[in-house]
Amino acid sequence: MTTTPVDLLSAQGLRITFPGRHGAAPARAVDGVDLDIRPGEIVALVGESGCGKTTLARSLLGLVPPTAGQVTFDGKPLDYGSRALKAYRKRVQLVLQDPSGSLNPRHTVYDAVAEGLRIHGYAGDERQAVHDALSRAGLRPPERFFLRYPHELSGGQRQRVVIAGALVLEPELIVADEPVASLDASVRGEILALLLRLREELGLSALVVTHDLGLAWNIADRVAVMYLGRIVETGDVEQILTAPRHPYTQALLSVLPEAPGEPVVLTGEPPDPSRVPSGCRFHARCQVLASGEAERAGVADLCRTKDLPVLAGGGETQVACHWATAKVAAPAS
Amino acid sequence: MSTTSIRKTPLLEVRDLTVTYAGGARAVRGVNLEVEAGRKLGIAGESGCGKSTLALALLRLLPAGTKVTGEILLNGEDVLAMKWGQVRAVRWAGASIVFQGAMHSLNAVHRIGDQIAEPILLHRRTTPAAARKRAGELLEQVGLPAARVDAYPHELSGGQRQRVMIAMALACDPGLIIADEPTTALDVMIQAQILRLIEELVSEQDLGLIMISHDLAVLSDTCDRLAVMYAGRVVEQGPASEVYENAHHPYSRALSGAFPRIGDPASRFAPQGLPGDPPDPSALPAGCTFHPRCALALDSCSTLDQELRDAGPGRQAACVLVGPEGAAAPVVPGAEEARSTS
Repeated sequence: MTTTPVDLLSAQGLRITFPGRHGAAPARAVDGVDLDIRPGEIVALVGESGCGKTTLARSLLGLVPPTAGQVTFDGKPLDYGSRALKAYRKRVQLVLQDPSGSLNPRHTVYDAVAEGLRIHGYAGDERQAVHDALSRAGLRPPERFFLRYPHELSGGQRQRVVIAGALVLEPELIVADEPVASLDASVRGEILALLLRLREELGLSALVVTHDLGLAWNIADRVAVMYLGRIVETGDVEQILTAPRHPYTQALLSVLPEAPGEPVVLTGEPPDPSRVPSGCRFHARCQVLASGEAERAGVADLCRTKDLPVLAGGGETQVACHWATAKVAAPAS
Repeated sequence: MSTTSIRKTPLLEVRDLTVTYAGGARAVRGVNLEVEAGRKLGIAGESGCGKSTLALALLRLLPAGTKVTGEILLNGEDVLAMKWGQVRAVRWAGASIVFQGAMHSLNAVHRIGDQIAEPILLHRRTTPAAARKRAGELLEQVGLPAARVDAYPHELSGGQRQRVMIAMALACDPGLIIADEPTTALDVMIQAQILRLIEELVSEQDLGLIMISHDLAVLSDTCDRLAVMYAGRVVEQGPASEVYENAHHPYSRALSGAFPRIGDPASRFAPQGLPGDPPDPSALPAGCTFHPRCALALDSCSTLDQELRDAGPGRQAACVLVGPEGAAAPVVPGAEEARSTS
């Protein structure tokens, strides 16, 4: 790990638009996002299905070229040439959700883990590298797993194989998309502890994409809450999860089983990214606007008409909400 | 069980149920349960603990060749002793199941209205038009516009499909609903919507509910009572919030510890899990089946099997460390240690 203050991976003004079919409006899946990940940092990207978090993660990996804005890695803009991308993917690895779907049922554990080495023409001792990766992912003794097939493993073991496959190339950053969503509660803790240990031992950075706020509390340094293609609140996990300022974050936290107070169950589903509402993109579902609270704070018109600026990608705590901003400006009211 | 003084006849009473699959896997090994109308029972446990098998056994949905013993009294009648015609009448109308994975449980090539109407047409003497109208009403009951009867499953979101599954389960006015992982794979907000819907339906229609999940936090929030299953047996049961907040059995304690309490510094950067895997139901360990994974196991645990025993008012647990006088004193210090070291 270098001591440069440069962010390891960073997105600036990232927009990804998918064309609409049959003349429909284009879907603005990612609609202006700045996000930085520093070396050794674990960032959780939280949001509902369809908010654009997976598209954002894919574009950070170079799998989806951005419509506008750019991704930089280690200070250099991402090169979308195929050779440059191949080299990039050695340094940034993806861990997919659902380990059952992302492992080839006809490949042994050894082949699954060694595949990355073979693709990248690894010159060293392949057997040793696979051995070390499995061992780091907590499958010990590794030799016992070499010749097993995915169907012979439990869900937790499969997820460890997927993680070993990502680790074998010694990446600097992993992007994990819902790494524990399909696992039992007891296994979930084990896998999360593994991610923390890897950060400690290897200085590995991670972007964890999830809808699980508890996961963010468990392992992340920083959290970014995404709604309809934008990050609406970001900052330190402690601060965001214990004192959320955006009504959307507040609602997400309030419906957790443990949460104190009356749950704020938002009605409906997140709106269509091809029809992003004008003004604040959350205003149609916003409980603060609906209850008249925003009106009393004198921002209701702004909520309906004025879009909010894109939040900066750095570490500082920020919120994209007219009401929260007004409350800070006039704490007395 | 002996503490309650006055009681109604329970809607469902399961006595000493065992299920052994044709391959010799003992998936359920002596389970006793009770559900009264208007009450909600949660069954928790890891994959492979037998909770889904238990749900299927209640309506005799297990594959042929599976050995089922014990009694399943639904409104006082033993489902296991019924003729097939009676079983068919009980399915949907007496009790119905909301299966996990709404994506796969709906037929992709039929309109959802027709799928909801199907059990109505089979069980009630009614016309197709009336059944369709009823399907529309059911959709409104679960918070979807009645006009959606003409939609195909792929036109709906995951949460909407789960609502359709619930509408289907309600179609023949059953007394008991068995929901198997009804909110797994749904987003937090959609999960909250579905759980709220289920709670409303249960209280409005005075239904009995069995909710099966690996998510102890959700169950404790939704249900009245909680039964934690391990290796085919109930290892702890009691009032839901008490079992979640203050579990007596080391397994339930590990399971409840796996859910982070946001804001609790103890779980910050300290995800809790439980090492090891649940035992293979065709090769169970001797003694207490949990002892190979148990941080507090005594030497005797590898040989002595533990039955459920009283553990405080309305509570039972199957652990040698649980004393007959209730909340066992020796468990507590050991428990704290186990939590912080794991």
